[in-house]
Amino acid sequence: MVKYIGKRIVYMFITLFLIATASFFLMQTLPGSPIASYNKLNDTQKAIVEKKYGIDKPKPVQYAIYMKNLAKGDLGTSFVFKGKSVNDLLATRLKPSLILGAQAMVFGTIVGILLGMLAALKHNTFWDYGSTFFAILGISIPSFVFASLLQYWIASEWHLLPVGLWNDGWKSSVLPSLALAMGPLALSARFIRTEMIEVLNSDYIMLAKAKGANGFEIAFKHAFRNALIPLITVLGPLAAGLVTGSLVVEQIFAIPGIGEQFVSSIMTNDHATIMGTTLLFSAFLIAVIFIVDILYGVIDPRIRVSGGKG
Amino acid sequence: MTNILEVKDLELSFHTFAGEVKAIRGVNFDLQKGETLAIVGESGSGKSVTTKSIMRLLPESSAEYKNGEILFEGRDLTKISEKDMQKIRGKDISMIFQDPMTSLNPTMTIGRQIMEPILKHQKLNKSAARKKTIELLNLVGIPNAENRYKMYPHQFSGGQRQRIVIAIALACNPKVLIADEPTTALDVTIQAQILELMKDIQKKTDTSIIFITHDLGVVANVADRVAVMYGGRIVEIGTVDEIFYNPQHPYTWGLLSSMPSMDLEDQKLYAIPGTPPDLLNPPKGDAFALRSEYAMKIDMERQPPFFKVSDTHYAATWLLHSQAPQVEPPALIIERMKTFKGSRYYVEQTGGTV
Repeated sequence: MVKYIGKRIVYMFITLFLIATASFFLMQTLPGSPIASYNKLNDTQKAIVEKKYGIDKPKPVQYAIYMKNLAKGDLGTSFVFKGKSVNDLLATRLKPSLILGAQAMVFGTIVGILLGMLAALKHNTFWDYGSTFFAILGISIPSFVFASLLQYWIASEWHLLPVGLWNDGWKSSVLPSLALAMGPLALSARFIRTEMIEVLNSDYIMLAKAKGANGFEIAFKHAFRNALIPLITVLGPLAAGLVTGSLVVEQIFAIPGIGEQFVSSIMTNDHATIMGTTLLFSAFLIAVIFIVDILYGVIDPRIRVSGGKG
Repeated sequence: MTNILEVKDLELSFHTFAGEVKAIRGVNFDLQKGETLAIVGESGSGKSVTTKSIMRLLPESSAEYKNGEILFEGRDLTKISEKDMQKIRGKDISMIFQDPMTSLNPTMTIGRQIMEPILKHQKLNKSAARKKTIELLNLVGIPNAENRYKMYPHQFSGGQRQRIVIAIALACNPKVLIADEPTTALDVTIQAQILELMKDIQKKTDTSIIFITHDLGVVANVADRVAVMYGGRIVEIGTVDEIFYNPQHPYTWGLLSSMPSMDLEDQKLYAIPGTPPDLLNPPKGDAFALRSEYAMKIDMERQPPFFKVSDTHYAATWLLHSQAPQVEPPALIIERMKTFKGSRYYVEQTGGTV
């Protein structure tokens, strides 16, 4: 197991290196330059700025310098935000996005799993149809619609929670997290329902019943773990998507998250910030996939990686 | 002999989108202490449904007990609450399923799976239950049980998994063990081992066994008595010798004729023509009449009652009625009957052995 994890970590670094290289050169193919819009500067001033940020050097040299700094963990300096380091920029921007993503994920999957199990256990009854209806709504209605509805009713009409911004502690995070949670909630509910129904019809559930197990034991001791496996597969990318893709919801609630940062950096050709954000997202996704692979083994002994002796 | 289980006039239907499927249409039998009763019949004859209905393992949403009772130690299992039933399942009545590859939970160690009914029904503490689990694994012939009880089902072969399923079934020393085609999914050498194991265990524990199979070779090997099922009813029931050497129902004749035999080398293997009846619209008379060359007019109109052949042997066919014409069973069956004392074809054999 230790050997496997070590190997995976090495691969993760190689992947990250390849992503850094690819995005570095791809980014260079974008038209314009970070200072193209600085109309007030004359050519000499532009040259000075270019020299300061090191973008006057040939591309391979820039690449080498960037990679050297990256190896030290330094993501460079933003071109746009007045000499702020990208590390600092990301650190302040990442926190709200991470909190929102994590809350949405935890709430969404737990409620989704419960809803899915309820639907499966009460198969073909009112509960099943109700939860299916709810899940279809969650999948088909985009999160920004929920965001606007929540904002209008709960914040603006009933004044229960703040309308937006990130300045009221946990209260600021409730509505955007709820809006974001609808997707994973609906998805988990559908996955768990389908899988639970199949598992509940399997022979080993019949055997568990024949052993005298009651409904609760059958659902949670025998069926749940087996029904969880397909859900784990989608949860990884979903988690990464939540943190990185909360852009619209962040905009609606005026939350200074990382999604907004990413878009504005592309608009302004802020090379260092684009690179930094891309790498951060990639690292996040790679880490999540790694965790999912480990979780597989924890949940399903058949795909457990055998350590050493096989 | 005391009856441990009595099934009386059991009728059970499934409600499907196509309509009501009358899967069991009046089944009667009893099970005595320490005996093995085999239930044989084609696929769809109702043998599995009968046993699952004893355990109440059929989906409650679609299966309905229409009539009859299942008496276990005097209690009617069709009437008691689900909670009381849970106390009986796995403790007094337990079950072995057909396919060992799918009947164990893939994400639970086999030790925990065997321990589960022990902890549930016998109120032992963990370490005592663990000890009992290892004893059970030794009993069913899993070597190195101390280490292997922590393993998962996928780390065992098919035959070993069926041994584990048997260990689960035996965990609480059940009074009745229902084995639903326990050897069908296994290859022949393993089949023989599993049958030996079951006979062995029955000798040690005096458990009554209901053995469902469509393999008559297996029946001859394990059973004391045999019930032949067709179209949701028992058509003939008797001791092994009576069913094999003095069969009365044309369906039993067909079944026995379609069994490959070592003695008859050049014979083409017999097959019963046609298909089992559609229990959505069960036939009015004898369900087998449409496939039987011995069918009479009355077979199409009225269901035959049980006719007594001997104290232990009953068959539901109009051929046994006093007004029915004498018919010749198939030649193969006559050969069999020649060895059975009491049959009309009995021939005294020189040397005396059967």
